[in-house]
Amino acid sequence: MKKKYYPPLIVLLLFVVAIGGSWLGIFNEYWQLVLLFMGINIILTVSLNLINGHMGEFSCGHAGFMAVGAYVAGILTVWLFADDKVFGPPVLPAAWAIPLFPVALILGAIAASLVGLLIAIPSFRTRGDYLAIVTLAVNYIIKSAIENMEFIGGPRGFVGMKRVMNNMADVFDVPWLLIWTFVGMIVTILIIRNFTASTLGKGVKAIREDEIASELMSVDTRRVKIIAFMLSCGLAGLAGGLFAHWPGGFINPGTFTILKSTEVMVMVYLGGMGSISGSIISAVGFTLLLELLRPLGLFKWVVIPLLLVVMMLRRPTGILGNKELTDVFPRLRAFFGSEEESYALASD
Amino acid sequence: MPLLQINNLTHYFGGLRAVYDYNLTLEEGEIVGLIGPNGAGKTTIFNLVTGAYKPSEGEVRLNGDELVGLRPHQITAKGIARTFQTIRLWNDLTVFDNICIAHAARIKYGVVDSILHGERYREEEQEIKERAMELLAVFGLDGDAQELAKNMPYGAQRRVEIARALATEPRLLLLDEPAAGMNPGEIGELMEFIHQIREDFDLTIWIIEHQMRVIMNICERIKVIDFGQTIAEGTPEEIQNNPKVIEAYLGEEVF
Repeated sequence: MKKKYYPPLIVLLLFVVAIGGSWLGIFNEYWQLVLLFMGINIILTVSLNLINGHMGEFSCGHAGFMAVGAYVAGILTVWLFADDKVFGPPVLPAAWAIPLFPVALILGAIAASLVGLLIAIPSFRTRGDYLAIVTLAVNYIIKSAIENMEFIGGPRGFVGMKRVMNNMADVFDVPWLLIWTFVGMIVTILIIRNFTASTLGKGVKAIREDEIASELMSVDTRRVKIIAFMLSCGLAGLAGGLFAHWPGGFINPGTFTILKSTEVMVMVYLGGMGSISGSIISAVGFTLLLELLRPLGLFKWVVIPLLLVVMMLRRPTGILGNKELTDVFPRLRAFFGSEEESYALASD
Repeated sequence: MPLLQINNLTHYFGGLRAVYDYNLTLEEGEIVGLIGPNGAGKTTIFNLVTGAYKPSEGEVRLNGDELVGLRPHQITAKGIARTFQTIRLWNDLTVFDNICIAHAARIKYGVVDSILHGERYREEEQEIKERAMELLAVFGLDGDAQELAKNMPYGAQRRVEIARALATEPRLLLLDEPAAGMNPGEIGELMEFIHQIREDFDLTIWIIEHQMRVIMNICERIKVIDFGQTIAEGTPEEIQNNPKVIEAYLGEEVF
């Protein structure tokens, strides 16, 4: 079978354009910010789609897990690499921030995925509306917990990440945050794509179709649910860790409310449930739309929901439904054909 | 040792006694029928044996291993597979995926391998895919592998369901009204088919069926239940002439 090299090439090209353009200043700070949010939104949407799309559960607390990742990664980097009035002088020299920054992101993701266990357990017993209420509650619990932790700023928020990013830029001047966001985005897409393509991961779709039949047909539904929730929440934590280091330099609990969760859900349903490429398209499109409609000011929040209503009336399954871009345009297979499909063809 | 041994199986739904003191011994290679009027508790017995319900009392042993208390997927992994009275395929997945996913119990690679797609993952997945295609070929479904399950004709969906059950590599196959909704021609094919898979896959078959033509034709032994209790047991001829059975069916001319 002929090995296809196109996807890595396309990724490399995007990387060069996004990061190179930002580094050379072709994209100004505003567009760099848009690129950053695009990347973070892709991570959030693709990861939530594993639960709400592929598995057909209804989790609406994604922002809560994002908050866990944001605070854990943010506190770690500030404690280690920045002069802070709560955590004192930096523990490690600034140069160490460069290799250890992704480690802080991963630790944030692990913390978020452990909290994800919290919603995996009620999901054994409840589905649909009930699970939605449980996840909503988890979102509120996390937000209130952070608001009541005075040592990390409570409701006022947590600052200091800007100093970490400045220190990293002083050592070596490249757009570090954009680079790691890009890497995080690719890793997220690969994790979700590979997992859902495996027989173990297809158990997620079987649960969506018929949970009882899945359990009776040898799918360990509890294990599959735990894996799916931990993966999804962990990746939300990764997105949070990246977001914590945005140029604004602060995070506060008010960012991670049910509104943020709703925004992610909107992107999932806009793109199509269970479609990875749909999630990517809708995350990019939605981020751009928010920026394009910025001149409308407050009316933005009239136009966007209206667009959603029209969308749901005209195309209730989202942009791509549960299909991938390669299903809609088979010619794209020449570029993005996966190893799985080659297997299936080889065994015919 | 018998393949399946059920002792004193009893189950209550609240105050309703659905199954009472049910006993059964299945020897390797048998085809045994389970019949009874509507609501007699037939499907409940299947649900108890496969772990979908936890019995109030009694024990179920497969090759001497106690099954009560195990979760359904663990029981399936030990070698009991079933089909459903109303078809329960994973409708929005392809026929091929329906068969592949039923191999879940045999997967040895872990979560990390499922994401990194290492050497071991590739080998196991390749094996699953080959076995799934072989199985589909046996059922004459290999041409429809990439079709969505919900788009298959009714009779074919029944076959996909049996193929999916066999993908779990069972020793004992429970068929819950496999002939429901089939026309006489399809029923004839089904009976031949059941005989064939018993030979090819070395199966023991336990079957619930309302079509007496099927039951009388393929079963070596029949148990009749009514109101959760066994009322008769024997060969098809003995059952046909048993007054209790005729009474249970309220004199309907079923035979």
